[in-house]
Amino acid sequence: MDRLTVSQLSAGLRSGEFSSEELTRQSLARIEAANPSLNAFITVMAEEALTAARAADRRLASGKAGPLTGIPLAHKDIFCTAGTLTSCGSRMLANFVSPYDATVVSKLADAGIVVVGKTNMDEFAMGSSNETSYFGPVRNPWDMERSPGGSSGGSAAAVAAGLVPAATGTDTGGSIRQPAAFTGITGFKPTYGRVSRYGMVAFASSLDQAGTLTATAEDAALLMEAMAGFDARDSTSADQAVPAYSSMLDETLAGKTIGVPQEYFDEGLDSDCERAIRDALDVFVDLGAKITELTLPHLALSVPTYYIVAPAECSSNLSRYDGIRFGYRHPDASDIGELYTRSRQEGFGAEVKRRIMTGTYVLSAGYYDAYYLQAQKVRRLISDELMRCFEDVDIVAGPTTPTPAFGLGEKIDDPVQMYLNDIYTIAVNLAGAPGISIPCGFSGALPVGLQLIGPHFGEATLLNFAHHYQQQTDWHTKTPALALNDGADK
Amino acid sequence: MGLSDKDVQHIAKLARLEVSDGQIADYVEKLTQILDMVDALKEVDTTEVLPLAHPLHMSQRLRADEPTEKNQRDLFQANAEDVKQGLYTVPRVIE
Repeated sequence: MDRLTVSQLSAGLRSGEFSSEELTRQSLARIEAANPSLNAFITVMAEEALTAARAADRRLASGKAGPLTGIPLAHKDIFCTAGTLTSCGSRMLANFVSPYDATVVSKLADAGIVVVGKTNMDEFAMGSSNETSYFGPVRNPWDMERSPGGSSGGSAAAVAAGLVPAATGTDTGGSIRQPAAFTGITGFKPTYGRVSRYGMVAFASSLDQAGTLTATAEDAALLMEAMAGFDARDSTSADQAVPAYSSMLDETLAGKTIGVPQEYFDEGLDSDCERAIRDALDVFVDLGAKITELTLPHLALSVPTYYIVAPAECSSNLSRYDGIRFGYRHPDASDIGELYTRSRQEGFGAEVKRRIMTGTYVLSAGYYDAYYLQAQKVRRLISDELMRCFEDVDIVAGPTTPTPAFGLGEKIDDPVQMYLNDIYTIAVNLAGAPGISIPCGFSGALPVGLQLIGPHFGEATLLNFAHHYQQQTDWHTKTPALALNDGADK
Repeated sequence: MGLSDKDVQHIAKLARLEVSDGQIADYVEKLTQILDMVDALKEVDTTEVLPLAHPLHMSQRLRADEPTEKNQRDLFQANAEDVKQGLYTVPRVIE
């Protein structure tokens, strides 16, 4: 049962090679052994998981099981789970027991998934290193002194270390793809609106999208079939049928075209990363695809645009935390104003407060037009420029990140340096496009991620390209030699 | 552009956050760095460009104005720190 994919586990469960209870116990044992050093989980749901696993085993025995029945999975702690702590990595929600399930959670439960726990993350998904979590940083299983990326760093580390075969994540500016790249796994961010946002704690509502962290594109396809689809409870949910992604994985790439933007290979790109990406593009040529150069002159503006739009939406969304109905409440406020400010001051961490302040400023009287409205206009330029590529090419490809995983503590005191690390992922969110990061090699001992970007609702095409690549290469099978408890006392 | 201590205090007040005297310098420094970074957008000519608020160019879906949720007040109030007789309580507002 060592490090099997979701699809392999699904086959093993159906053939009776092992039971869901055995898989779940193994996952729980691995979490218990590795979590003191990795810090990938905020909550472990051992009892609930074993109950769900036994129910899954009964369904398997009755022949009524689906492809995901009995598969252990971890949810990023941004997804509301009824009756369980949903902290969003924040002190503000460190006492919040969700009264309801997110649509992603209920859909995967209906598909028979066994939830083993909730994963650590940057506070309110605001961060690229997992260091802004109230529950402490997650460590990268490839190098315990390095960041696993963020904000879905706990989910990425848990999958990379083999604690779970799959995890959910969310991606507002790269928060699935970047940690997937840093930890050598497959991270899939669907089109905006493809997966319901209901019950997903809001950060930036025009950018937030749920997705998956798995070993393979095939596993992402299996999970997406269960997660995606219209939801009346999400006012921006896309009313489009969900294709059978896993049956479209093998379609030929012969005659397909990949656009490669020259801006993705600027001087900021690590040379080992560049070599790995160029080699990966050669694999696609061997598979029959054509490569064509593109240019995205507005790409450099995507970071400044994002750091107006996302904080603006964040300052609005996080105004709900007032210390009254739920969340942290300052215990000794003498009046209502003090209750608000002290609860928010003590409940939010430094990066979240910086973003609330930035967002409040760019939306404030006298600055709205110069900052927020201008950013929305530039957002259109960036989006149109990226979407126009798909008139000529099937997908766009490049690196996911400029460098492999950086060190813990390396960028946390310099917000702008941290933000600039997301240069290759952010335009995809601004455009609402789907993107995937798949492992394509190493820079030293650290994994490198190849990013593939598709047109709106081009999920099947991306998964098709990624799957073919993973049939030809074995980077996605490489796993870290995790030294358990190493770093636990540091 | 640079922010002053007073600007930071004003933004904090609008955002219902409290910035202590010891934290002001750090906020001024880091928010100024962020604003310097986003200032790159000011150079872009957007005279003919419409703002983009929704990436898929969809309009807001509406539904009939009918209740869709059942009353779960007790369940929801279980997350509040202070509730009396089914009501949320706060410090005195009017003296």
